[in-house]
Amino acid sequence: MNIDQALEVRNQKILAALENQDTTVEFDDALENAMVLNMGPQHPATHGVLRLLIKLDGETVAACVPELGYLHRGYEKLAENCSFHEFIPHTDRLDYISPLMNNTAYVLAVEKLIGIEAPRRTQFIRVIISELARISSHLIAIGAMAMDVGALTVFTWTFTEREKLYDIFESLTGARFTTSYTRVGGVAQDMKPEHAAMISAFLDQFPAKLDESVRLLNTNRIFIERTDGVGVISREKAVAMGMTGPCLRGTGVEHDIRRFEPYLVYSELDFDVPTFTEGDALARYYVRLNEIKQSVLIIRQALAKIPTGPIHAFEPKKVLPRKDRVYTKMEELIHDFMIINFGIEPPAGEIYHAVEGSKGELGFYIQSRGGAQPWRMKIRSPSFMNIQSVPLLVKDELISDIVAILGSVDPVMGEADK
Amino acid sequence: MISTVVELLKTRFPGSVISISEFRNETTVVLRREDIVDVCMALRDDESCRFDYLSDLCGADAYTPENRFEVVYNLLSLSHKHRIRLKITADETDARVPSVTSVWPGAEWPEREAYDMYGIHFDGNKDLRRMYMPEDFDYHPLRKDFPLMGIPGAMPLPRK
Repeated sequence: MNIDQALEVRNQKILAALENQDTTVEFDDALENAMVLNMGPQHPATHGVLRLLIKLDGETVAACVPELGYLHRGYEKLAENCSFHEFIPHTDRLDYISPLMNNTAYVLAVEKLIGIEAPRRTQFIRVIISELARISSHLIAIGAMAMDVGALTVFTWTFTEREKLYDIFESLTGARFTTSYTRVGGVAQDMKPEHAAMISAFLDQFPAKLDESVRLLNTNRIFIERTDGVGVISREKAVAMGMTGPCLRGTGVEHDIRRFEPYLVYSELDFDVPTFTEGDALARYYVRLNEIKQSVLIIRQALAKIPTGPIHAFEPKKVLPRKDRVYTKMEELIHDFMIINFGIEPPAGEIYHAVEGSKGELGFYIQSRGGAQPWRMKIRSPSFMNIQSVPLLVKDELISDIVAILGSVDPVMGEADK
Repeated sequence: MISTVVELLKTRFPGSVISISEFRNETTVVLRREDIVDVCMALRDDESCRFDYLSDLCGADAYTPENRFEVVYNLLSLSHKHRIRLKITADETDARVPSVTSVWPGAEWPEREAYDMYGIHFDGNKDLRRMYMPEDFDYHPLRKDFPLMGIPGAMPLPRK
């Protein structure tokens, strides 16, 4: 089959799917016309390489079919072919807006599989980095959503704040974007007092700056009118469709895995789960905004409560030893050699562990047969499940609302396409 | 609690439960594939179960001569705060399983993904197209016999 035939086959199937969605279009007026519009994969408002095929009736969306796979890199196949430690850098590239969150989610799943727990100090560090990642992700979500409906200034202001966070990440992890910070049973480097000071300094100035940015939106008539009552989904439908994260909480479901089945030390920290019942784009925006404020509170508490102590679990056959000991101690050299070359070899079994990622329930389902590599690893990505509901959200809305709705759903294609 | 769910499954569907295992406080129930829709419907609607949320659905390749493929359902109950994992198997020669889109509409895309990656057909899924790979791709990449580097020439490339 040559390329032209292949494209023909593919387009036929996509069109057939569009046609089958039971949307009958009436042609009363000669000017009224049904049109199939292609949006993306290279479109600034699709937040990456999401492709939407839209059937229009005049300016109203009659049907929408998302096409995924433009960023498919086969991470689940790769995971089956590399050891548990080797996969950590790949998790950075899933939800590339909040890599620290993915690092944490992945190692928590692996730790559950091999049955170890990280020391308390590490658990606090993981809470802090997860919440910092959540703030940086939600800042992008809010800024990009505002930009999509025309308020460019907010994007530049939230980006400035995110830039400060990335300076912290750079100092703490050694990389701005692809952090690969966590390890099975620990983290790569300890959080030093200067990092805590940097985070405190950021938190001290951040609420005022955030307030400045959102004041441009919360009383902005254009922003409110473009998002209020747009892209509504009911609570029952959102649950049935498997929506998660801020999108689900925007419909009134108080489901937050940090509260629902607490992992790390979230049960010791005091925070609220913001929910809104409207289920529209504005509700999703407000959920994110309030979550940022809650994250600030969580980080403050964690910084106050963080104990001193080791950052690696004492499990010599499972946890990578510190590098300075590898170079000087025989025992650690052997363990390092064994873990790097033969992997950690967890017991045979299967686990599913989910965390409340910045986009929603980020879960890892791992089947192990006792080898150094997982037999099967499934990444339950929140963006994938959220994009699935986009056709419901945009139906009967105006074509110009699609960008506002996509901005409020906040998909990240690295995660949806895997 | 999850033990009551398991008891309920045993009493209401005595013939369907093939095995029950527990690992790290997670319960996995292997079921007969013909009954999966009925079981899911019962688990969703029963008062003591209320598995109203499909956390995840995925395929897996056990790479055995019989019952090669697995379909794994990770269910979650928002009101009762418990999870359970269901599993059914499918043969390589006739990899067909019933679709659960009638129970959870959100299962559509995960089923498409499992179809794309393993070639498992879900009877009842209205839009069973490939999720990630191009429509004209002939293979199912997550099968264990698909090489990691891919198959040269499997993807038609544009002419120079």
